[in-house]
Amino acid sequence: MSSIPLNWYLIVAALLFCIGLFGALSRRSAIGILMGIELMLNAVNINLVAFWRYVEVDGLAGQMFAIVVITVAAAEAAVALALVRALYRSRDTVTVEEIDLLKW
Amino acid sequence: MTLEQGIFILASLLMLGSALAMVTARSMFVAALWMIGTFAGVAVLFILLNAGFLGIVQILIYIGAIAVLILFAIMLTPDVMGLKPGPRYTGQWPLAAVMASTLAAVIVLLLVRAGNDWHIADAAPNVTDFAVQLGEAFMTTYLLPFEVASGVLLVALIGALVIVRDE
Amino acid sequence: MQQLDRLFILIGDWFHSLLAQWLPEPVVSAIGMLLSALIIMTIAAVTMLYMTYLERKVVARIQDRIGPNRVGPFGLLQPLADGIKMFTKEMIVPTQAHKVVYNIAPVLAVTPAMMAFAVIPFGRDMVASDLDIGLLYLIAVSSVTEIAIVMGGWASRNKYSLLGGMRAAAQMLSYEIPMVLVLLSLVLMVGSLRLSDFVDVQTVPFILLQPFAFIVFLISAAAEVARSPFDIPEAESELIAGYHTEYGGMRFALFQMAEFVAALGMACIMVTLFLGGWRSWIIPLPSWLWFVIKTFILINVWFWFRGTFPRLRIDQLQALAWKFLVPASLLHAIMTAVLVTFFPLVKDGQLVVQGAEWLTTTVVYFVANVVLLFVLMLLYRPYVRRTVRQLRVATPAAAARQQEVQAA
Repeated sequence: MSSIPLNWYLIVAALLFCIGLFGALSRRSAIGILMGIELMLNAVNINLVAFWRYVEVDGLAGQMFAIVVITVAAAEAAVALALVRALYRSRDTVTVEEIDLLKW
Repeated sequence: MTLEQGIFILASLLMLGSALAMVTARSMFVAALWMIGTFAGVAVLFILLNAGFLGIVQILIYIGAIAVLILFAIMLTPDVMGLKPGPRYTGQWPLAAVMASTLAAVIVLLLVRAGNDWHIADAAPNVTDFAVQLGEAFMTTYLLPFEVASGVLLVALIGALVIVRDE
Repeated sequence: MQQLDRLFILIGDWFHSLLAQWLPEPVVSAIGMLLSALIIMTIAAVTMLYMTYLERKVVARIQDRIGPNRVGPFGLLQPLADGIKMFTKEMIVPTQAHKVVYNIAPVLAVTPAMMAFAVIPFGRDMVASDLDIGLLYLIAVSSVTEIAIVMGGWASRNKYSLLGGMRAAAQMLSYEIPMVLVLLSLVLMVGSLRLSDFVDVQTVPFILLQPFAFIVFLISAAAEVARSPFDIPEAESELIAGYHTEYGGMRFALFQMAEFVAALGMACIMVTLFLGGWRSWIIPLPSWLWFVIKTFILINVWFWFRGTFPRLRIDQLQALAWKFLVPASLLHAIMTAVLVTFFPLVKDGQLVVQGAEWLTTTVVYFVANVVLLFVLMLLYRPYVRRTVRQLRVATPAAAARQQEVQAA
């Protein structure tokens, strides 16, 4: 049995999630928002693996889920950065406040 | 305090500290570097959780690929050098701060009150060779998620290419 | 002979029992781990010093020069003199530089390069940490270096440095893919990610079974550690020195060291994966000596590269990676998957090929690789021809010649 209580992992993951949430909600740069989202995904992964280790250790579902989340995060980063790049080329900015074409 | 706990506390501090530094950094490049620190902390946590394979994958994909990609994207934006950074946050940042800290307070409070009241399986994982186990599971039980994930990757690859292509 | 083969292990055991007289067991094993890490790192650093010497000598011979010969006999003390020069140089930080990142980058560049040695089996039973996911660990660790390079390039606040850093990131990201795909076909054959398993299986070294994979890996590895002809991130003639333009003294030395240690690490990895690791060929020498000899041969191959090939342009580099190496290594992985189903090397963790069967297996794999190479060459012929034609027209001299021909 591990000497670290499950709670510790959950609390740390929750804090990480909230920091990421703050970053995603408040950053001006689109890349900053993306980075916040990556933090949130990481926090979720910690939870998944922690629950796998402490509750459902016989299966592999927790690790599986984490791997799928990592895959999706990679795909998301690629597409989001492509979007940022395209935006910068057409609108000359990556600041979300200035990307207001649909805001009339 | 055991050695494991010590490592856990150090890794968590590294992780949360760099996460905070990341969301408050003025320059985007520095923020991305702090993000790498966070990822490294998460990798340590994975290894502590007996998921060494995931820890390595975390380093490989998050630090080796996603972080480099983000650094690269930052270099393609204006003010690459971060010499004249504008304001960091949008106007709604106080609201965001209140929301995030409230959420954190609520979750942490709930977790503390729940205590150790989980259905904890009192056993260490009985497999050692996770790479083999995961590989087999991906080809049998979890074939559908595997295929869907590869589909997502393919679509993302093509989508990203289409979006950034010059007309 | 056997004593000699296990020389280092015996020394280690003797030291262990010596310490165990006074200290409790956990402390002794902790000291043992620290010491072995220290020894491996020191050996890597010293080897790196003499790699610079060797490189200068070999390249000098290729270019019909003599190379360093002033300091000590045959110039053997030259690396030490260079080291002292680096140590005593003034540390200059550009005024505009981002101080913290600027200072961390060189250290961060060396660390992953050193970490790679943790899982490499240097001889029989001589591996610091025989991870069951050793190969994955190696790939993960080697991908961290590029972050250090990008950091160095950005923190210098110099356009050339920044360009060098960006080029490095682009180059390493692209060449990681063919490298990993080629490793995938090797993993298919061995059925394990543990590096010592790779050595155990290679009764016949994989360079004979998978020559095509070896070539692709050699190219990708050279690009991954930015050896010439892929030293684009630091191309002197276009970028001054790329990401380390603004670095001097010890920090520069650290970057240089990271590069050489990474090259050494890559050579060790290739020896383990393709040349049969510490297994002896024909002459029975101690296993670790064979490992050193093979590594030395591979390092020399890279020096020949440096003396022979001109540097690629950045677009040519990317074209080589994405248009040739990635599809080729993908095809190779598929081919290996098919081969493995009909001619398996390993079944349920047991080596199934014995004695004379190795001959047929080797021939089958070798022929399949050559056929694949041939098919690829056929497929790429029109593309190569077109590119060559464009290149011919592109140079002014060629255009002038063409005009002359037309006038005549």
